Amino acid sequence: MKQPERLSVLKTYKLFVGGKFPRSESGRVYEVTTAKGQWLANAPLASRKDARDAVVAARKAFGGWSGATAYNRGQILYRVAEMLEGRRDQFVAEVTDGEGLSKAKATAQVDAAIDRWVWYAGWSDKTAQIAGSANPVAGPYFNLSSPEPTGVVALLAPQESSFLGLVSVIAPAIVTGNTAVVVASQKSPLPALSLAEVLATSDLPGGVVNILSGRTAEISAPLAAHQDVNAIDLAGADEALAKELEIAAADNLKRVLRPQAVDWVADPGTTRLLAFLETKTVWHPMGA
Amino acid sequence: MPTTVPAYGKEAAERLASMADVTADDRALRRFLHGLPGVDAVGLQARAATLGTRSIKTTAKAYAIDLAISMIDLTTLEGADTPGKVRSLCAKGINPDPTDRTAPQVAAICVYGDMVATAKEALKGSGIHVAAVATAFPSGRAALPVKLADTRDAVAAGADEIDMVIDRGAFLSGRYLGVFEEIRQVKDACVREDGTAAHLKVIFETGELQTYDNVRRASWLAMLAGADFIKTSTGKVAVNATPPVTLVLLEAVRDFRAAVGVQVGVKPAGGIRTSKDAIKYLVMVNETLGGEWLSPDWFRFGASSLLNDLLMQRQKLSTGRYSGPDYVTVD
Amino acid sequence: MPVFEYAPAPESRAVVDIAPSYGLFIDGEFGEAGDGKVFKTLSPSSEEVLSEVAQAGAEDVDRAVKAARKAFTTWSALPGSERAKYLFRIARIIQERSRELAVLESLDNGKPIRESRDSDLPLVAAHFFYYAGWADKLAYAGYGQDPKPLGVAGQIIPWNFPLLMLAWKIAPALATGNTVVLKPAETTPLSALFFADICRQAGLPKGVVNIITGDGSTGAELVAHPGIDKVAFTGSTEVGKAIARTVAGTKKKVTLELGGKAANIVFDDAPIDQAVEGIVGGIFFNQGHVCCAGSRLLVQESVQDELLDALKRRMSTLRVGDPLDKNTDIGAINSAEQLARIRALADAGEAEGAERWAPQCELPSSGYWFAPTLFTGVTQAHRIAREEIFGPVLSVLTFRTPEEAVAKANNTPYGLSAGIWTEKGSRILWMANKLRAGVVWSNTFNKFDPASPFGGYKESGYGREGGRHGLEAYLAGAAEPTSERRGYLPPEAGGQGEGEHDR
Repeated sequence: MKQPERLSVLKTYKLFVGGKFPRSESGRVYEVTTAKGQWLANAPLASRKDARDAVVAARKAFGGWSGATAYNRGQILYRVAEMLEGRRDQFVAEVTDGEGLSKAKATAQVDAAIDRWVWYAGWSDKTAQIAGSANPVAGPYFNLSSPEPTGVVALLAPQESSFLGLVSVIAPAIVTGNTAVVVASQKSPLPALSLAEVLATSDLPGGVVNILSGRTAEISAPLAAHQDVNAIDLAGADEALAKELEIAAADNLKRVLRPQAVDWVADPGTTRLLAFLETKTVWHPMGA
Repeated sequence: MPTTVPAYGKEAAERLASMADVTADDRALRRFLHGLPGVDAVGLQARAATLGTRSIKTTAKAYAIDLAISMIDLTTLEGADTPGKVRSLCAKGINPDPTDRTAPQVAAICVYGDMVATAKEALKGSGIHVAAVATAFPSGRAALPVKLADTRDAVAAGADEIDMVIDRGAFLSGRYLGVFEEIRQVKDACVREDGTAAHLKVIFETGELQTYDNVRRASWLAMLAGADFIKTSTGKVAVNATPPVTLVLLEAVRDFRAAVGVQVGVKPAGGIRTSKDAIKYLVMVNETLGGEWLSPDWFRFGASSLLNDLLMQRQKLSTGRYSGPDYVTVD
Repeated sequence: MPVFEYAPAPESRAVVDIAPSYGLFIDGEFGEAGDGKVFKTLSPSSEEVLSEVAQAGAEDVDRAVKAARKAFTTWSALPGSERAKYLFRIARIIQERSRELAVLESLDNGKPIRESRDSDLPLVAAHFFYYAGWADKLAYAGYGQDPKPLGVAGQIIPWNFPLLMLAWKIAPALATGNTVVLKPAETTPLSALFFADICRQAGLPKGVVNIITGDGSTGAELVAHPGIDKVAFTGSTEVGKAIARTVAGTKKKVTLELGGKAANIVFDDAPIDQAVEGIVGGIFFNQGHVCCAGSRLLVQESVQDELLDALKRRMSTLRVGDPLDKNTDIGAINSAEQLARIRALADAGEAEGAERWAPQCELPSSGYWFAPTLFTGVTQAHRIAREEIFGPVLSVLTFRTPEEAVAKANNTPYGLSAGIWTEKGSRILWMANKLRAGVVWSNTFNKFDPASPFGGYKESGYGREGGRHGLEAYLAGAAEPTSERRGYLPPEAGGQGEGEHDR
C-alpha cells in the first residue's frame, strides 16, 4: 500500500511583544497569501491595544538595552546573524512565497539581510566615534559630545522588501540602544513574524524588538500619536499616511524619518544608523 | 547662628574651645579640614572675574579710594631697610598726600622685627599700628623656639600686630596639627606682659599652597588656632594675592563666623598695585561679606606702591585732571 | 556699619543711533511692507518707544523668499573659501561694533549691559568666526564627500538672545551655502535690522540674507512658504509643534530649539560656593529668559538648609535695575505679556502651597520688572515644577539618592539641559549618562561655545546648533532632498514651485 504523502505541520504565526509570542488581544487574524493569491497563513491582525502593549514593553526594555555595553549589543546583533544563517532556507521560502521572487533572488535577499546584521553588529562600538566629538571650547572646560539612543522608536517596515527591508530598518535602530515597535509589511508579514523567533533565541532581551502584523494604517496611527514613543520611521507608509502620521507625531515632537526611495540591496550608509540618536554634550571645568 | 565676637576679643577663646573636638588630634583635624566643601577652581575664578567687572564711579570711587588708603599696611620688607627708610615711610603713612591733608592715614606700617621700635617711635600719637613680620619670615624655615623668640621680641618692642608665616612644608605634607600648634604658640607669644595681645595675622603663602582647596583648609586651620587675621602672601614669592585666592579667604571667614561666631579679618598682600585692583578687592569684600568687614579692623591691603596710585586717583577725582608720579612722594 | 553704595554707572546710549523707523531688508534693500503696516518696538525697562518697524505680510514673505532663492544660485556656487571670507568679515565688523550692538540689545531686550557686553556679543562674533572656518572644509565634516546646501532657510528666532540667536541661525546657514530669510522676534527686531547694515558693510551679495520683521503670523507665512527648503526655529514648544505639523508631508528639513525645565542637581559633597554661583547664574542669567535655565533646583536633603541659606544670602546681593547700568545683574522682563505669564505662574506656585521668597529689592516704577524669586517646598506635582516659567523664578525640590535625583530630573516632557554639582567624578559621569538632556553641565552651568553642540531631547526639540553637529541642519546627506534634487525652481524661472502650499 502506498504511504500517503506526509501532511505538513503548519505554524501558527504570532505577534512578538516583550519577548513573548501572544496572539492579538483582539483575537483577529487576516489571510496572508502568496503573490499569486495562494493562502499561506493566518497572521495576527494587531490592534491599537497590541500597539500600546508593545510600547510598554519597548519602554521597559529601553533602560537595560541602552545601558548595555556597545560590545554586548554588537555581540547580540552578530548572534542574530548566526541564528539566521541556520534558518536560511526557511526565510528564503517565506520571501519567495511572500514577494513572488525566484528562489535565487529570494536567496540573495536573505543573504543580504543576514550580512546586514553583521554590518550593523560592527557599528555598535563605532557609532559614537563617528558621531561624537571632543569640542575645543574657548575656556577651561572639558567638552564632549556623544550620541545616545533616542528611546522607543516605531518602525514601519517597508511594504515591499519584507525581509531585507525589514532588517534594514530594525538593525540600525536597535544597535545604538533604541528599542523598537515594528509594524511588519502588511502584505508579507511572515518573514517578520519568523524573525521574531530568531530574535527570541539570540540573547536579545525581551522588549527590545516588538513585532506587530496587521493593517499598517491602523497600527501606526496610535504609535504616531503615542506620547511615550520618541521617534518614528515612516519607511512603510505611503505619502498620504506618512503626512497624517507626521502630523500626529508632532504632538510630542517625535523624530520623524520620512519615507524615501531606498535601494535596500545597496550599501545602507549611515543615514538610518544616525537617524535615531540624540547628541548629548557634557561640560566640566578643568581646574586643579 | 551664634552671636559674633571679634577674633581678638577675650570671648573668642571660649568659642574656639567649643571646636576642641576637631583639633583634638591629627586625625580629627585632618578629617575636619578634608570635610570642608571643595572649591571648584574654574567657578571660583569666574566669580572673582565677574566681581572684577563692577564699575565703581564718582562718589562710590571716592569712598572706595579713601577706604582703601585707610586699610593699607604700608610695607617695607627689604634687606636694605634702615631706620631712615622706615621713618620716612611712617611719615608717609601719617600724611599720605602732602598736598591734601584730607587724605586718610594708613592702617599700619609693616616692617621687620628689628625696625619695630623705630616705627613705633615715628608713629607715636598717630594711631597707626606697627605690624611686624615674624616667625622666620618669609620662608618660615626655623626651629619653633626661634620663631617664638622672633615674635616675643617684636611684641616687646611694641608691635601692635604680628604677621606670621605658617610652615608650608608641614602643611603640604599633611602635618596639620603641627601647623595648628605652631600658630597657637605664636598666638600665646603675642600676649604682652599686661595681658593684652598683639593681633595675629597668619600668612599662608598661597602661592606655595597652590590649590584653592589647600587655601580653604589653611584658612580654617588658622582660624581654629586663633588667627585674628588671615593673610594670603608674603609678597616674596612669584604668585602673591590674587582675587580668587582672596575670595576663598573671604568665604572662609564668612563661614567661620556663621559656624563658630568669631569674626576674623582678611589681608591680601603682594601684587596689588593699582586703585583699580584695590577697588576690585573692596567690591569682593562688599558682595561676599558686606559692610561688617569694610573697615581697617577687618580688611587690610599688604602693599607698598598701591598707596601712590590711590593718591593719584584721589587727586584726579578732586581736581578733574590726571595726576603724575611727581605729585606723590617716593617713600 | 559702613555701606559701600555703587554710584550709577550707566553705559552711554549715545553709541547707538536708532532710526525712528525701519523697513524690511529684502534683496539688499530696506523697504516698507507691501501693505504699509508697522508696529512699535519698546524698551522694556522704560516702556519708551524705540522705533517703528514694518510688519511683513504674505506678499513680503514671498518677495523675501524669492530674493533668497535668486541669491542661492550664485551664493551656493561660490567657492567655500570665498563664503568663508564674507563670514570672517561679518565676525570682525561685529567685534568692531560690539559696544554699539550691546547697548542696542540691552535697550531693545532689557538685558543687563554686563551680559550683552560680556556674553552675547563675544559669542555672536565667535559664532561667525567658528562657522566661517567651516565654509571651505565641509567635505571633512563627516556629511559626505560633497555635501550640498539645502537651498533657502526660513529662520525664526526668539527675543531672549536676539543677536546671538541670529548668529546661531545665519552663520551655519551661510557657511554651508544656503541663503536665508530670517524673522526676529516681534519685541526685539532691532539688532537683526542692524545686522542687515553689517551685511551691507561686509559687501555680502544682496538677497543672501533677508530680514523680515513681524509677529507670529509672519513666521507662520514663512514656515508655510513652498519656496523654502529648511525651517530653523528657536522658541516655544507650542509653536515648535505647530511648525512640525505645518511641514509634515513636505521635504522641508526642520530643526527646533524649544523649551526646557532643567534640573540643577546639587549633592551634599558639592563645591558649595560655586554651586550657589551656578544656581544663581543658572536661573537669573538673562532674567531667566533662557530655554536651558536651571529652573528646578534639586538639592540633596542633607545639605538643603545650608545651601538655601547660602543661596538666599547670594540672591540678596543681586542688583536689579537699569539694564544700561554696568553694575546691574538682573534687567527688565522683556514684555508686559511675559511679565504677566511669570506673575501668573508664580501666583500659581503660591496658591498650590509652595513657599515664596524674594530678597528685598526696589523695582523701578516704569517698565516690566520681576524680583528674583525662590520657591521652596515644591513637588513634582506643582505647576512651577513642570511648566517653563521663562523668568527669574527658581523652584526648589529635594532628593535623597542619585537614583531619585535622576528620576525627578528626567520626569518632564522636556530634555534640553541639566546640571550636576558634586566633587565625585564617578558620580558625575554616571549622572551625565542617565540624564535625558542634550546639554549636561557638571560643576558649571549656562556655558555656551560655538564649538559645542546645543539642543534638546524630547519636547525640547530636535537638531543641534553649534559645533560640527550644527552643520548637519543645513546640509543634505547623500540621500536627502535639496531644492535642486527636488527640482524646485522659482516661478519666474519657469518652474512650478513645489505645490504643496500653493496659493
